Amino acid sequence: MPAPKARGAWTNWSEPGGNRNSTPSYAYLERIMKRLLSVYAWLVFAFLYLPIVVIVALSFNKSRYGVSWTGFTLEWYSRLFANERVLEYLGNTLVVATVSTTVSTIIGTLLAVGLVRYRFRLQNGLRYLLYTTVVVPDIVMGISLLLLFAEVRSLIGWPRLSLLTIILGHISFQIAYVTLVVRARLMLLDPALEEAALDLGANNWRTFREVTLPLISPGVVSGALLAFSLSLDDFVVTFFTSGSGSTTLPLYIYSAVKLGVSPEIHALSTLMVGATILVLVLGVLFWRNRG
Amino acid sequence: MRESRGGSERLRLAWITVGPGAFWLLLFVLIPTLLMFVASLLSRGDFGTLSLPLGLRNYLRFFSDPVYLEIIGLSVWIGFWSTLLTIVLGYPLAFYIAGSKRKQVLLLMVIIPFFTNFLIRVYAWIVILQKEGLVNAFITAFGLPPADLFPSTFAVYLASVYTYLPFFVLPLYAAVERIDWSLLEAAYDLGAPPVRAFWEAIFPQTVPGLFAGFLLTFIPAVGTFVISDLLGGGKVVLIGNLIQQQFTSAQNWAFGSAVSMILMALVLLGLWLYARTQGERGMDQLV
Repeated sequence: MPAPKARGAWTNWSEPGGNRNSTPSYAYLERIMKRLLSVYAWLVFAFLYLPIVVIVALSFNKSRYGVSWTGFTLEWYSRLFANERVLEYLGNTLVVATVSTTVSTIIGTLLAVGLVRYRFRLQNGLRYLLYTTVVVPDIVMGISLLLLFAEVRSLIGWPRLSLLTIILGHISFQIAYVTLVVRARLMLLDPALEEAALDLGANNWRTFREVTLPLISPGVVSGALLAFSLSLDDFVVTFFTSGSGSTTLPLYIYSAVKLGVSPEIHALSTLMVGATILVLVLGVLFWRNRG
Repeated sequence: MRESRGGSERLRLAWITVGPGAFWLLLFVLIPTLLMFVASLLSRGDFGTLSLPLGLRNYLRFFSDPVYLEIIGLSVWIGFWSTLLTIVLGYPLAFYIAGSKRKQVLLLMVIIPFFTNFLIRVYAWIVILQKEGLVNAFITAFGLPPADLFPSTFAVYLASVYTYLPFFVLPLYAAVERIDWSLLEAAYDLGAPPVRAFWEAIFPQTVPGLFAGFLLTFIPAVGTFVISDLLGGGKVVLIGNLIQQQFTSAQNWAFGSAVSMILMALVLLGLWLYARTQGERGMDQLV
């Protein structure tokens, strides 16, 4: 397939716009449609970015109320950093995301390997359980976990709603995402590579570590990144599984927003948006360098 | 594949790989769901706890009171229309990205809002729509009276469309990328005018992505309580808000569980219909 690539650039008849000379009457129409499409698309992009731009701009605005620009200031940022509670909430958020991502990546990767490599009873049931976990509204997951923790606690006096229960909740939805992402990668893998390693005398563990794992590592990293960002972003499951002393940043933003709009929240949001963009751009550059 | 190697060894490996995940999902997904089902059959006890006797009274209460039926109707209504608006905005966008020379950059531009914290995205609309917000600053600059945009149902729609737009565009983009454009040429050669050529040669190829994007937008939109809570300001009560109230202020966990079961049944029904039309490959496309 890839052989005639150089010639294909000139005679690529399957490309849109390639065979237009047979139907010249539409060429003009198509140009207009393309122009309209690009105007429309950039309006949608403007819609996607307007709220973000507004928040970022207002975070540097001197005026505490309203949207009129009264001068540049970093006051809201310095107030934010002086707020020790916010730093504590940031710490909680990162602890939850790190621990839950580590556990769910390990369990989810193993589960993906098992699902693809072995046949066992209830396999289809397990697969549908994974799909359901991904699709079911998070409020259902949140309250069912709340019920579980409340019932277990009334029986054995443990666990109190805390960072631990939040972490247990996050792992539960992360596993499904990690498994499905890694599984997609595994299904592209040629099983002959693993068989060759086994035939050459490597044991199962060594084959997994030195053949399978390096080959699926892009999937594992993508799964882990997805799990991490889902944890950082999660509000609903956290809302129902947190107790006093286990506030995360999304919970804090929610309670602050209920009290009203404030420039400190603009500043916090701007920093979080900045961190998101930084991580995504670094991620893209990382993947591009790896080919 | 490895049939030649010992069956017990394979069984052991299957246990090691599948065991932890299956155990976790059993303990933290399946058992809690069963608990929720049992709770939905119980009653509200003293101090908001659950108590006997068992029965269907929570479900009867839900289906006999028009207030609750209205809530579920409104949730589906808002979910459906905001999904449709999302399609109107997102469908052409996916085509534009797929046809662009700067695909990677444009895709990143959709992914950035996708990964931006959900609450921040909702919050930003308060800043824009509130009384002293951006829209009203603009309107009053022309000497017009300020509009009452927040809190409102309109704000709930707007924020829903905004929040779920990337959820819709990404799976649809995956489908548009795989389009076989030579079918369009064939349609032209057979004399089809452009609109008909698109409708019959290109549109059907995007249907799986369209379905996946529809579900990924519709399900969270129906189940939300944050958007309606923050932007509806108590005026817009959706099924998610009803559930949240039962577990917080109303302290009626039994009834809240029943409403959750109804929401889950609704979602599973949609998922079942989807799986019937799209099959296993379609399920993978959802992620």
